[in-house]
Amino acid sequence: MRYSALQILKEGLTGNKGWIPAWREPEPKAEYDIVIVGGGGHGLATAYYLAKEFGVTNVAVVEKGWLGSGNIGRNTTIIRSNYLLEGNQPFYEFSLKLWEGLEQDFNYNAMVSQRGILNLIHSDPQRDAFVRRGNAMRLSGADAEILGPDEIRKMCPYLDYDNARFPIQGAIWQPRGGTVRHDAVAWGYARGADCRGVDILQNCEVIGFVMEKGSCHGVETAKGTIRAKKVAVCVAGSSSRVMEKAGMRLPIESHVLQAFVSEGLKPTIPGVITFGAGHFYVSQSDKGGLVFGGDIDGYNTYAQRGNLPVVEDVCEGGMAIMPMIGRARLLRMWGGVMDMSMDGSPFIDKTHIDGLYLNAGWCYGGFKATPASGFCYAHLLATDRPHETATAYRLDRFRRGAPIDEKGHGAQPNLH
Amino acid sequence: MIIDHPLLGPRDAAEFVVKGDASLIGRPDGMTASPEDMHDYMYLRDNTAGEHRELWYHEQGDRSWLVVTRNTLTHEVTKVELARDVARAQGRSR
Ligand SMILES: Cc1cc2nc3c(=O)[nH]c(=O)nc-3n(C[C@H](O)[C@H](O)[C@H](O)COP(=O)(O)OP(=O)(O)OC[C@H]3O[C@@H](n4cnc5c(N)ncnc54)[C@H](O)[C@@H]3O)c2cc1C
Repeated sequence: MRYSALQILKEGLTGNKGWIPAWREPEPKAEYDIVIVGGGGHGLATAYYLAKEFGVTNVAVVEKGWLGSGNIGRNTTIIRSNYLLEGNQPFYEFSLKLWEGLEQDFNYNAMVSQRGILNLIHSDPQRDAFVRRGNAMRLSGADAEILGPDEIRKMCPYLDYDNARFPIQGAIWQPRGGTVRHDAVAWGYARGADCRGVDILQNCEVIGFVMEKGSCHGVETAKGTIRAKKVAVCVAGSSSRVMEKAGMRLPIESHVLQAFVSEGLKPTIPGVITFGAGHFYVSQSDKGGLVFGGDIDGYNTYAQRGNLPVVEDVCEGGMAIMPMIGRARLLRMWGGVMDMSMDGSPFIDKTHIDGLYLNAGWCYGGFKATPASGFCYAHLLATDRPHETATAYRLDRFRRGAPIDEKGHGAQPNLH
Repeated sequence: MIIDHPLLGPRDAAEFVVKGDASLIGRPDGMTASPEDMHDYMYLRDNTAGEHRELWYHEQGDRSWLVVTRNTLTHEVTKVELARDVARAQGRSR
């Protein structure tokens, strides 16, 4: 069924009886060309682009829980393409371009809202660094402007400009950044993949791989064995646990990131604002809640909840730039488990095991990457060659001395 | 989380900085190790779900390094040792 204004009108006049489920609930087949492990944003996007762009439709997405139960339904929904390094920036700009056409492409309202992202500058060296970053962004075809305090004041009069420790000296502004309705992204990709023939198998945990003569020929699941010519793992915070079943150790640690939502308030924050002297970012949802977050907790964990010291730290960050939020009450908070990689950058690669592919290591920034990650993974699976914007995301990059370390922290995952 | 420091007693986890997997104590000898060994030491982790031994540094306390045994599924801390003692028991001189 194609969604349109006309369809809504028709259904409205006929008692809304014609709507059908957005995807089927099929039984697993014995064999597929490609089995994707993990039905988060990246897994579903991979299935969608495999079917739509590369004509591979004999595909299953095998998901442990229900669609959207992982990080795709837990993130703070920020999209942007404001990276510095060559291995990253063209990829993220590719992703932002895909976001821009996404709703028309998959015929689903994902509420892609390009309200702009403002990264505040609090010192002279930080301005130098952001000017350099802005130049790198523009070289990749992205948009970036350096603003002074007067221009920011017009947009956000309530920031604490003359704070003694962290005065706001300016900002780097990416007008095309913004937010997207995260659940709708999962649902839109699921529906688009399903209607092209992809089987989405929910509540079907992968518990092992079918290995024959050193190569991978399928997965063992809670619903039995499913054979496949290629197995594409895409399980976000669970990558180490799943790949361990294939005997692999990864350059990844699992960490928790928390997110917070305030009670609904009148419209006040136009786009996304980030604090440059601590770690705090905030946007306002369409329902009016302030959606914000900050640092990861910093210790290895698979528990989908964090601890109080980070709550305090995040709220202090918020108070430092916009003291007005001290009046707002916190409505909800939660945590999600993510892969933190050794250089803060992801992997989209074949493994050394024939037939086994890996998409992992997205840290706390993989939501914005969802369309490009799916597209590039589909490209790799269909052609066995990396997409031109994802050539740097190789598993052997540390061995070759070629990490993609935006922050320059080295092999310390909790600092990226 | 509360870390039961062997010398100072129970301390708030917020006083510490986490370094990561306690296997980092066993750094291969840089003069003799193969590049492959050094790579695996630097970049690969078991990333266990369950009991995990890890290095914590008491930055806002006595600045000792501890080996904390903690469950990564429940956050329960079951054992805290001085990293010095663990390293010596592994045959390290310092
Ligand atoms: C609190 C928080 C805030 C964030 N904010 C942002 C942000 O503002 N911007 C941004 O760009 N990124 C953000 N991120 C990061 C982003 O959410 C993730 O990088 C991204 O969602 C990961 O990809 P995914 O959607 O495929 O993951 P997931 O949705 O987690 O998908 C992985 C799926 O694999 C499944 N799975 C695991 N094990 C198995 C198994 N054995 N068998 C079958 N299935 C399995 C899981 O159930 C899960 O559904 C945030 C993350 C968190 C936690």
